[in-house]
Amino acid sequence: MRIGIVCPYSWDVPGGVQFHIRDLAEYFLRLGHEVSVLAPADDDTPLPPYVVSAGRAVPVPYNGSVARLNFGFLSAARVRRWLHDGRFDVIHIHEPTSPSLGLLACWAAQGPIVATFHTSNPRSRAMIAAYSILQAALEKISARIAVSEYARRTLVEHLGGDAVVIPNGVDVDFFARAEPRPEWQGDTIGFVGRIDEPRKGLPVLMKALPKILAARPQTRLLVAGRGDEKEAVESLPAGLRPRVEFLGMVSDEDKARFLRSVDLYIAPNTGGESFGIILVEAMSAGAPVLASDLDAFAQVLDQGAAGELFANEDADALAEAAVRLLGDPERRAELHTRGSAHVRRFDWSTVGADILSVYETVTSGAAAVAPEDDERTTGLLARLGLARD
Amino acid sequence: MALVAIGLYLSWTAGRLDRLHARIDAARAALDAQLLRRASVTQELATSGVLDPAASIVLYEAAHAARQAEEEQREVAESELSQALRAVFAETAQVEAVRAAPGGEAAARELTEAVRRVPMARRFHNDAVRAARALRRHRKVRWFRLAGHAPFPLAFEMDDEPPAALSDRPA
Repeated sequence: MRIGIVCPYSWDVPGGVQFHIRDLAEYFLRLGHEVSVLAPADDDTPLPPYVVSAGRAVPVPYNGSVARLNFGFLSAARVRRWLHDGRFDVIHIHEPTSPSLGLLACWAAQGPIVATFHTSNPRSRAMIAAYSILQAALEKISARIAVSEYARRTLVEHLGGDAVVIPNGVDVDFFARAEPRPEWQGDTIGFVGRIDEPRKGLPVLMKALPKILAARPQTRLLVAGRGDEKEAVESLPAGLRPRVEFLGMVSDEDKARFLRSVDLYIAPNTGGESFGIILVEAMSAGAPVLASDLDAFAQVLDQGAAGELFANEDADALAEAAVRLLGDPERRAELHTRGSAHVRRFDWSTVGADILSVYETVTSGAAAVAPEDDERTTGLLARLGLARD
Repeated sequence: MALVAIGLYLSWTAGRLDRLHARIDAARAALDAQLLRRASVTQELATSGVLDPAASIVLYEAAHAARQAEEEQREVAESELSQALRAVFAETAQVEAVRAAPGGEAAARELTEAVRRVPMARRFHNDAVRAARALRRHRKVRWFRLAGHAPFPLAFEMDDEPPAALSDRPA
């Protein structure tokens, strides 16, 4: 099958959607499909052979912050050329509601289009005109995929219609087979995420830490992620600060070893999550998970069966649960077993096959993807059969 | 005699100040009109279907925010509209595409005029503000409270750089 994938975010910036697309593309390539990914990238960025650059994303104020988007004449021309050259059987657009490549591809293509909605909040404000602009492009999508039940619900609320839920994929064995590192073992709590992004929840964990340390003074908190380390520990009493170790940005390999090593993984995120891939990675590595009870997290953790939940933003509840789990090796072993069994459904072998069956469903009996003819060429000339191909 | 002379001088100054305030009011009304015109032309273009949907949504949101902005956020919102317009109309080809659409010639002309007039109106307004502020800072005005309760005039600061593709005048 010839598959075209549209990535909305710059290929050279690390992010969940980019990683998802990279893994998906490589999964299909391994199965022998032909895959081309269209992504924003600087023209001099080195790209894998299956990625085609759609030009640089332009920073522009959008929805209250500065977003890097692709739009306008040149981007639209590149999308058309990509569609024309690719002759795809199906194109898979990610984040079709953001005014960038995804929406452009929707607009410029005809034929089987599959779209994945990653964010749980496609539009912050419903605006009548913007809605009609979107709708004209979105109604071309033949199949919609939401990454979680939560994302699906917001999609239905905001845009109507329906979607199938296919979670994000994780290479479970990559995490399960990672080698633990002794210096990260022994009464350790793990946290992965941007330090200076409050929605990742590190401040909540910092608030809970004195209580955890009061009950279990030998505990260490290991933090993997970018951000200002001094600012992060400011709220802690000076005596407790050495109990927090910052590892900075870690590679994929180190992240897997990190998650294999820690005794407890804590995800105190306060919002803005539509899936929670890190929880799946932690469970794949066998780490017992304690997470805030966001809708998306509760779903990934099977409503608390595969990992424990605490009331969102409640530092006391977090501390109480963490102390209990750290002192109960049996419960942690139970979570380890349940988590490892539960994550199989997020493995690429399952997720990739599901996505492929969506492709097969929409392509059966349909013509291949083609660029939508320009209105000017479908005018009089085309009707008279005079238009050039 | 001296008192009468001082009185006349003060009264003349108060008149000057009054004229300056009236000039500011007029300039501000003109600036508002130009900003509103720019936002509505942008919105018309965004909903016309001439531009691609991504550019349409970016422009629509920016224009909407500019029209709805509270007074304190107005300068930021209008600056963001300037940035959005610059991002969308960075290429001459985009302007050509608008011109080629039915009615596009008129829309492109209106937008070109709007983005050119906003900086003009803003400069005239800020010029009047500067003149009034200079006079109001003078001690005779402060001591005799010649400005009454009129609020201290504030300049309108924003990024009003027009898009490159719209700012070069056709030969």
